Amino acid sequence: MSIALIDYGAGNLHSVHNALIKAGARDVVLAADGEVVRRAERIVLPGVGAFRACRDGLYSLPGVVEAMGEAVQARGVPFLGICVGMQLLADEGEEFGSHDGLGWVPGSVCRIEPADANIKVPHMGWNDVTPATPHPLIVPGEAYFLHSYHFAATDPAHVLATTDHGGPIVAAVGRDTIVGVQYHPEKSQSYGLSFLSRFLEWRP
Amino acid sequence: MTVRVRVIPCLDVANGRVVKGVNFVDLADAGDPVEQARLYDSMGADELCFLDITASHEDRGTILDIVKRTAEVCFMPVTVGGGVRSAEDARALLLAGADKVAVNSAAVARPEVVADIADRFGSQCVVASVDARRVAEGRWEIFTHGGRRATGIDALEHAARLAQLGAGELLVTSMDGDGTKQGYDLALTRAIADAVSVPVIASGGVGTLDHLVEGVREGHASAVLAASIFHFGQHTIAEAHAALSEAGIAVRHPVTSQPN
Repeated sequence: MSIALIDYGAGNLHSVHNALIKAGARDVVLAADGEVVRRAERIVLPGVGAFRACRDGLYSLPGVVEAMGEAVQARGVPFLGICVGMQLLADEGEEFGSHDGLGWVPGSVCRIEPADANIKVPHMGWNDVTPATPHPLIVPGEAYFLHSYHFAATDPAHVLATTDHGGPIVAAVGRDTIVGVQYHPEKSQSYGLSFLSRFLEWRP
Repeated sequence: MTVRVRVIPCLDVANGRVVKGVNFVDLADAGDPVEQARLYDSMGADELCFLDITASHEDRGTILDIVKRTAEVCFMPVTVGGGVRSAEDARALLLAGADKVAVNSAAVARPEVVADIADRFGSQCVVASVDARRVAEGRWEIFTHGGRRATGIDALEHAARLAQLGAGELLVTSMDGDGTKQGYDLALTRAIADAVSVPVIASGGVGTLDHLVEGVREGHASAVLAASIFHFGQHTIAEAHAALSEAGIAVRHPVTSQPN
């Protein structure tokens, strides 16, 4: 079973690759063009850093965004976005100006602005994953977060899990065959590896 | 609950081997970095830090190879510091599998290097080192070259500037305390942690588990870094988590396993 790992130069590409293999994936293909994505049976979109840089990197790959959309919408291919890869699912991101996202999960990506000045930003470290909506991939546990912007979902039904950092922060979103996680499963030791195993076995 | 205080073992690496210096001078070999990293991963360390202490005058390829091999077997965040002088140096480490890079001397000579890296790869991956010595009551100065060379730069001003330039985190090391096992410089750590909005890692001088607790409770650190208390088997990561937890500090409860 081929898993397309979208390769637009994201910093966590190799870590996600290593973790997918460790979680049991056999056929992970780095995908930088639409053709590879069209053949994939699962798609993983990594991402770290700024929304805009990731967005521009992703859209610079020939045919990839179109092929991802077709795979998810027409073929129901399971799709996983990680960190900024999750944030790209939103309608728009507000880091360094406003930029369009994929618009697959309605919402926007805004800076974390805690009311309490003692709450540090970036939100950096291990924190709870608290399920909000029952979903086969999401179980309670502790995962590693590293971000200054968060996903504000328009429809609460798309929030699969939350965490708490000076107030609730969306930890996972999803609809249909799409899941996005703010945390880094590739850096969350056994919790993260079992999450990836569940994604690999997921038959939505 | 909120984000957990992180326990970070730090491996000083020279010539591709783990070493731990007392005040950065008297080096004693303590093993292979990748094996040690794997051990800490299995013990449930919250993060790992590699400091390439001889990077300024030796081949960069050695640390890149260590990082790459570590990323293949460890599934926790890894910070790599030592000899990072430019966004290109940072890029090489990030592509090799580092999650964050720590910028040290280069950020003293040219603080803008922090902005260069943050602009290209995001603030979340830039850890700026603040290596300081106490020069008077309530006053600390930045030192370079393993604490041997004074710079005349005020540590608190430097820390605030690094955060403002885009550092996502500050690694605050007391060069007075480093290797002494007398505990962190709590006043230094607290002065910086209270002045910046980004997380601060306390570093330098841990000799007991109580020192870790003090670093958070009195130093206001978001993470505690230590080396020799872990490397020489004095304490496990689980014991560090337990000591913090007993003091009422939120830590995670990792599922630990045998190294694989």
